[in-house]
Amino acid sequence: MIQITQLSKKYKDAEDYSVHNLNLKIEEGAVFGLLGPNGAGKTTLISMLSSLLKPTSGSFSIDGLNYRENKNKLKQRIGIVPQEYALYPSLTAYENLQYFGSMYGLKGNLLKNKILEHIEILGLSKFAHIKISNFSGGMKRRINLIASILHRPKVLFLDEPTVGVDVQSKNVIMEYLGQLNTEGTTILYTSHHLNEAEQFCTRVAIIDLGTIVCQGAPKTLIAQQVGAQNLEEVFLAQTGKALRDHA
Amino acid sequence: MHKLWASTYKEFLLLTRDFGGLAILFLMPLLLVITITLVQNDTFKTLKETKIPILLVDNDQGEVSKSILQNLKNSPLFEVNSQSSEKSVKELVLTGKYQLGIVIPKNLSKDLNLKVAENVEGILEIFGEEEESIPLVKSKLKPKEIRLYFDPATQFSFRNSIKSGIDQMVSKIETQTIYKAFQEELTDDPSEDIFDTEPFILFKEIVPSDGEKEIIPNATQHNIPAWTLFAIFFIILPLSINMVKEKNQGTFVRLRTHPVAYATFLGGKTIVFLGVALIQFALMLLIGIYLFPWIGLPKLDVSGRLPLLFFVASFAGLAAVGLGLLLGTVAKTQEQSAPFGATFVVILAALGGVWVPVFAMPKFMQVLSNISPMNWGLNAFYDVFLRNVGILELLPEIALLFLFFVVTVVISVVYNERKNAV
Repeated sequence: MIQITQLSKKYKDAEDYSVHNLNLKIEEGAVFGLLGPNGAGKTTLISMLSSLLKPTSGSFSIDGLNYRENKNKLKQRIGIVPQEYALYPSLTAYENLQYFGSMYGLKGNLLKNKILEHIEILGLSKFAHIKISNFSGGMKRRINLIASILHRPKVLFLDEPTVGVDVQSKNVIMEYLGQLNTEGTTILYTSHHLNEAEQFCTRVAIIDLGTIVCQGAPKTLIAQQVGAQNLEEVFLAQTGKALRDHA
Repeated sequence: MHKLWASTYKEFLLLTRDFGGLAILFLMPLLLVITITLVQNDTFKTLKETKIPILLVDNDQGEVSKSILQNLKNSPLFEVNSQSSEKSVKELVLTGKYQLGIVIPKNLSKDLNLKVAENVEGILEIFGEEEESIPLVKSKLKPKEIRLYFDPATQFSFRNSIKSGIDQMVSKIETQTIYKAFQEELTDDPSEDIFDTEPFILFKEIVPSDGEKEIIPNATQHNIPAWTLFAIFFIILPLSINMVKEKNQGTFVRLRTHPVAYATFLGGKTIVFLGVALIQFALMLLIGIYLFPWIGLPKLDVSGRLPLLFFVASFAGLAAVGLGLLLGTVAKTQEQSAPFGATFVVILAALGGVWVPVFAMPKFMQVLSNISPMNWGLNAFYDVFLRNVGILELLPEIALLFLFFVVTVVISVVYNERKNAV
């Protein structure tokens, strides 16, 4: 489904590559976790895959479409759940979804029904016509997710979709992502919640300093790492305990 | 088309949800036009109707100074207050308590009469009119100086108009003294009118006419177009801030992952903000027609010109929106867009002739003025309001405004593509 070949990104004025000669293949129907410390290159990689950043070199294709030749077709097949709440605070949940759905070409009753269906599933029916500025963090996260899946993307990119949300909201989000995956959506997901990733992902890759240091099914990686009991221990063993603060 | 409509609807919602912003967007331009027109109309009144208190020191105490005093008193411009010393006049004027002080020199009447008499006698002698041919001994009189003191805060244009008025008055007195001297030399009967001293050359201002009706310019006819245009261009501020906000709150980034062209995104903003500009314009016309007469200002006359006025306003609005889109595309923060936008509009207005007429600018600035969209818009408005032209005469300015919009939008799209190209 996703084929990444020798992909690199070096920001202007940066000394090092944020992503360097990265090769990755993600199968259709996978829930792929991209794990790594701060500044490892996770967001940069997702930004390149979702057409927000221009790669310095290398290439990738999604669902057989090369990003250079089929930009708009490719955008129609992917959905991106950004890290921040990318919503209009002064618009209601419904109006936000109506606008972003329209930008995917959805309209009329089809769009209306999809919005109502999704807000029902994610427990927001009562709040459909309330402004986003009045929503809690968890509610905004759920609307943020719906805005990215109204058009039923084949591939969904999630950049830390559960950061800063309450346990209940997190549970609803993860359950719904699982349902989407069951229905055929391939998921590429980044998170700092390693326990969540361990349970949710079919495969994970640990990325550090712009390159993949290991990848495989969570259980396989745990088994391969001597003395590791969980994914967090694998993660620390692979990336070290030094702080990764960067500005 | 559906995406453009959805973008337009979203922009409309965003705008209407911000009540404070909306109020500022519509009320501030109205306040601006009312204030400027009141100020300018009162300045006009000051020169025409309301008297300016001035100080006068009469060191002459002769017939010329009496004549000057009488002329000043008869003038609709001044209210004369006599003072005894030049020192006190200087102090009162230079500290801003009075705008003008006039000091008439000692012996002005005596010396003027002497000078004129010498000249008249000299002329009559040449023509052989003098009975006694005694060679004239010319007195060595120095020119007399009427000293004017201006409050340093008064504007250059005000000083010039006052100086010009006083100069005219003094010239008239001098001429009348010459006529009087001739009269005295040529006849013993003071009641005999040898000379007609009334001015022979008169002025009549011919104003444009709309059929039989004359279009008489007034402060309202000048101010509404100029300051409406200024207000329309101020739309670049809320528009660019709106775009920067979208970048900062992440919605623009999300939108870039959608299969939608940047031109569509700009299209929605163009439609809504052009609508705002036209509503602003309509409100300005309404206050000019209905509110101005009520607060003592001249009524705005739009009879028979409404379609052309809205035609010009639409293209001026497009030019303003184009500039706002470009600024919003390039700016990264509100701190960049707001001060730049505000200052740039003021510069464009100054170049466009909103404050100082273009013909009164230095040559170099006049050339620069030709590239200000506000100049094109203002000329088009004046063409309709004051010069009574038709649509064909407006086309060059309209074409320039539209071209400006196209160019700014193309630059915005290209800039965005290059900046965010994948």
